[in-house]
Amino acid sequence: MSATQSMNQSSKPASGAEPNANPYRKLIAPTFIWLALLTVPIWFSWLGGYNLLATRALTLGLAAMGLNLLLGTSGALSFGQAAFFGLGGYAAGETLMHLAPSTPIAIVMGILVGGLAAAILGPIAVRLRGIYFSMITIAFGQAFYFIVVNWNSFTGGEDGLLGFNRQPIDLGNFALKLDSVQYYYLVLLCFAVVAGLIALLLRSPLGHAFIAVRENERRLEFLGVGARNLLWIAFILSGMIGGLAGALYALLNNFISPAALHWTLSGDFVMMCVLGGMRSFWGPLLGATVYVLAENFLSSYTNNWMSALGVMFILIVLFFPKGLLGMLRTRVKS
Amino acid sequence: MELILFDVLNGLLLGVFYALMALGLSLILGLNRVINFAHGGFLALAGYLAYTLLPYIGFAGALLVAPLLAALLGVVVERLLIRPLYGRDPLFSLLLTFGLVLIMEDMIRTIWGAQGLPLQIPHFLQGALSQTYFFITGYRVLILVIAVTFSLGLLAFLRYTRVGLRILAGASDLDTVSALGVSIYQLRALSFAAGIFLAGVAGVLAAGWQGLSPQMGDNLIMPSFVAIIVGGVGSLLGSLLGGLLIGLASGITSAFYPQASELVIYIIMALVLAIRPRGLLGKESVFG
Repeated sequence: MSATQSMNQSSKPASGAEPNANPYRKLIAPTFIWLALLTVPIWFSWLGGYNLLATRALTLGLAAMGLNLLLGTSGALSFGQAAFFGLGGYAAGETLMHLAPSTPIAIVMGILVGGLAAAILGPIAVRLRGIYFSMITIAFGQAFYFIVVNWNSFTGGEDGLLGFNRQPIDLGNFALKLDSVQYYYLVLLCFAVVAGLIALLLRSPLGHAFIAVRENERRLEFLGVGARNLLWIAFILSGMIGGLAGALYALLNNFISPAALHWTLSGDFVMMCVLGGMRSFWGPLLGATVYVLAENFLSSYTNNWMSALGVMFILIVLFFPKGLLGMLRTRVKS
Repeated sequence: MELILFDVLNGLLLGVFYALMALGLSLILGLNRVINFAHGGFLALAGYLAYTLLPYIGFAGALLVAPLLAALLGVVVERLLIRPLYGRDPLFSLLLTFGLVLIMEDMIRTIWGAQGLPLQIPHFLQGALSQTYFFITGYRVLILVIAVTFSLGLLAFLRYTRVGLRILAGASDLDTVSALGVSIYQLRALSFAAGIFLAGVAGVLAAGWQGLSPQMGDNLIMPSFVAIIVGGVGSLLGSLLGGLLIGLASGITSAFYPQASELVIYIIMALVLAIRPRGLLGKESVFG
């Protein structure tokens, strides 16, 4: 119940439960979040960060948000999100190298390839539920991993794909050079579009049906709605968002490697969702940000940063299953 | 011809490792309802423990003691970390073991170093059994014999002992078994330990075959998942069969088209699922 409400970060007045609540209260948090995101290049460097790190967090957050469409909304734990992420990245890179020297086309290709892969794999995967769904998605992910690793002539194999650069965007009168600050804003624009679409989707009947798959699949079937088709749609959307995030990630580094498809990255995406709170709209972005900052911070202090991350994961799972946002929210309420 | 035989044998060996791991994973999946991502970590740990113990107790001793120690650690992990998660969404135990993977790999790297290490196997096992037909060392035969012995041993233990039957019964209907007065917690600890033990045996054997590296478990765990899916979730025999099948397929493929030797197991999985969604020996109910 509360999950559904928290996902709608709109100005819709709170009904019933809080009669005296200020109708604008729900706008406060999103306003702050968007303001913070818009001003990152200004304040982030004061805190010792740099644009590349912020953009990295935003792209990974986008991928985690796409995954959360399945995990948090429909309750299906996909462990193959890195496949769509990586495929999107390779699609963008190959587009720039062989098809057209255009950043927007590269991004669109990333979305299409990620969505296409999800559309093909979806029908087999959505027949399964629970941990079996996770197992099949992780296995599919590995299949793509090995295709990329072994298709040396096209993908560069283990070494990854080098030799492409994000191209300036020509806007008639002036050109966006896409330096690090401008690229951050391009990623933020993509993120804002996706976040807006997800917010709209979650308020639509389709979004409610996604949640119904999670809450009571049997009742949904009684109503004559096929959960499999719904999951398939969610799977494709999530693949498209994953592909977009991957494309942005490849363009960020002007490089993409098989590591972007590996199952450990899929696990990292899941962890980002859980870390931030998979039942809340902003949870995945928060989780990704914490993850990227923690990784960056820990790896500069200790060689055992992987252990530190692992311990953090385990503590979250054991003690804060609702994630950081869920934790904050209970604090505020009590 | 000899070359193909060599690849078939290699595939069979690979399949044996997949099968040993899949069997343990499947056991833990069945009763504990946990996808144990850390299975590969335990496998590697047993291999490294064998490396450390070897000078003192010899290869045969290490082959037994190292998996036992890994299983002991497995029980500790199960008691402290996994037990609080029973009854909750399986997602959480999956994530917890994922976190465990990071820690275990990191610890192994810290203690034993990041580079690969060789595990000394007894001298008499290193030579080729026959020079004329095809090249097969005694060690490869030993791997096959031990893996077969332990797999069949586990299946016999489950089928013919009281505890084993309880584990099997618990995997299919935990509530009833619990209502009959059996301690679920002990049963689950035992099945977890047995699963880790098998992974440990695979780890020591694999270390003697291909050497030790901190990520040695990573390369085996995904094919083991595939083995479980191909064989049918919920069927131990299926996991065994699935492991051998994809190992063989991988070995034979590497004779003709080496680039696809890892990919082929996923193709097999997709084919099996397209034709028979519950896997080769899976029960219908599991896939719903």
